[in-house]
Amino acid sequence: MRSMLFTQAIDDALAQAMADNPRIILFGEDIPLLRRNLLVRFGPGRVRGTPISESAFLGAGVAAAMAGLRPVVEMYMVDFLGVCADALLNHASKIEAFSGGKWTAPVVVRVPCGGGYGDGGQHEQSLWGWLAHIPGLTVLVPSTPADGGGLMLAALQHDGPVIFLEHKLLSETWLEFLGSGARSTVQYDVPADGAKGPVPQNWEPVPIGKAFLRRAGGDVTIVSVGVGVHRALEAAQALETEGISVGVLDLRTVSPLDNAAVREVVALTGRLLVVDEDYEGFGLSGELSAVVLEAGISCKYARVCTQTTIPYARQLEDQTLPSKLRICAGVRQLMQ
Amino acid sequence: MPPDLWTLYALMLKSRLFEEAVAKLWHDGLISGEMHLGTGEEAIIAGVVANLREGDAMALDHRGTAALLMRGVDPVLVARELLGYPDGLCGGMGGHMHLFSKEYLAASSGIVGAEGPAAAGFALAAQYLRPGSVAIAFFGDGAMNQGMLMESMNLASVWNLPVFFVCKDDGWAITTKSVEVTGGGLNERAQGLGVATVEVDGRDVSAVWEAAHIAIERARSGQGPTFLHAHCVHFEGHLLGFPMVRIADHPLREMPGIAIPLTLSILRPGGAPLRDRLAGLRTVVASVLSTMRDPRRDSANDPVARVRATLESVPVRLHELEDQSQKEIDHVFASALMEVPS
Repeated sequence: MRSMLFTQAIDDALAQAMADNPRIILFGEDIPLLRRNLLVRFGPGRVRGTPISESAFLGAGVAAAMAGLRPVVEMYMVDFLGVCADALLNHASKIEAFSGGKWTAPVVVRVPCGGGYGDGGQHEQSLWGWLAHIPGLTVLVPSTPADGGGLMLAALQHDGPVIFLEHKLLSETWLEFLGSGARSTVQYDVPADGAKGPVPQNWEPVPIGKAFLRRAGGDVTIVSVGVGVHRALEAAQALETEGISVGVLDLRTVSPLDNAAVREVVALTGRLLVVDEDYEGFGLSGELSAVVLEAGISCKYARVCTQTTIPYARQLEDQTLPSKLRICAGVRQLMQ
Repeated sequence: MPPDLWTLYALMLKSRLFEEAVAKLWHDGLISGEMHLGTGEEAIIAGVVANLREGDAMALDHRGTAALLMRGVDPVLVARELLGYPDGLCGGMGGHMHLFSKEYLAASSGIVGAEGPAAAGFALAAQYLRPGSVAIAFFGDGAMNQGMLMESMNLASVWNLPVFFVCKDDGWAITTKSVEVTGGGLNERAQGLGVATVEVDGRDVSAVWEAAHIAIERARSGQGPTFLHAHCVHFEGHLLGFPMVRIADHPLREMPGIAIPLTLSILRPGGAPLRDRLAGLRTVVASVLSTMRDPRRDSANDPVARVRATLESVPVRLHELEDQSQKEIDHVFASALMEVPS
């Protein structure tokens, strides 16, 4: 079994897919530098840089996908999708419906997301709920190197637009570029199992829309995604000493949700805690309560999410993003 | 009547010393995340800001510290904001990319090109509420490929808005050479949208001041927007800890981490024919070499040193000013670092 870092695994799976499928091309801001290892293997024709013109190059990626290419479009951060939301909101997501199911736009949009390193509220958002709100978009949020690579492969085989969110706290390259700048004087609370882990010798796709039970537990079910999964696992470990048995379900895909898996685990415990780094209102956490209620499952429910604009100050930021402390408090509340 | 060079030098020096202190705090780990300094563009900021008066507005990019300091915002408040303290300029909520001063009508954004619409809006408000006032947009050459900035120039043109679009052109869009991702000329673009243009050496504070003076007076008197194309360098690259500057500074330390995966990748079976792989390699090598030969590394491009050279004929006054400036900045950071909230 090989072991890889988070972004290294995603790049490795992407390289495997590019070697198999010459229609996969890669472009985005600073890509010749950021994906230089792919550039020297696949050449400047397939790995190219763009101007800081998100509307143009993302929109072009959508149409290039419609016309037969398999573009992977990268952007510095999910926050910057705000600049070019139209390409996703009104185009990529609508093509299949508008064409009566006869045409699709299989573009993969790979964007870093998430906080925990002091970059402030315009550069640390998660936004997967905001994206998943739009019918027609597939939204993936891996939490381990193995899922990172496997989901990237699945995204490249999917017949429709996919948003692939790469959490910066797990990514060795993004965290160095944007967080530490190679300093040894700053430390971040990086989940070890998310930043590095075993990966298969040959990449196989991880199925889209399939959650994974990271930890079984009989008292409370935590459902989460991305870094939240690791925070939940830390909390579950700590709560074990209090005699509380906590299970953790990693959604891996935000849209389409694995409704069956959520219902199955929540029906067993009767207590659901959602841990979501994305905003609390009108998002994933509320959606999960609907998934459970619509199935007629009665359960106690609580959520630990980001409620406000993410503060720049590290101390305030740690209080705002879901933490082990807040998760433990949420579990205890459900146990009362 | 232009301000004398001493006044402009004092503004630039204040900003430079402040940002050098910020860089130290960042290296010491007291500031987290990204840090984009304005070191290298002080002549542009000073030449423009020295023309502003009460009621004028500024739309700032992700390196707005220099403009705020020169405009008169309390440096202790800025320093405490960068340190993330609750009594910083923005309560520790914004950080260096999101600095706001309602008092001075100054708003920053970390979104490239967002200064265009913001300045247009500030100028629109000025037309109604503060006639004779102007709005400045500070941005880099990378932003010139952002649609919203081009749209804002057109809007300013057709609405005859009092906007001064200031492009601080260092030739780079983050790690990409602007020339590789920019079609046509920047001045021609602005002209094509009906905006007057002027090009200056952005290392020359007097030249910037004069160009800015004419443009801003034009805007004040209702003659519409101007685009200033000012050339400069950023000594630290895009941000502190910038990978390309790190390579140039410490090639032996940095290169193995880059060269080893690169070599493994180029040798892996599957992928492009050798010719394309070599073309890819050439791109990477050219990028590294261009960093080594980067004008950012030439101190002759330092706008602060350039203006200083012209003032050296009066050494006593120069040293007095520099000592005083250093004392003030030392005092600012001593105050900023005092009473660290628990």
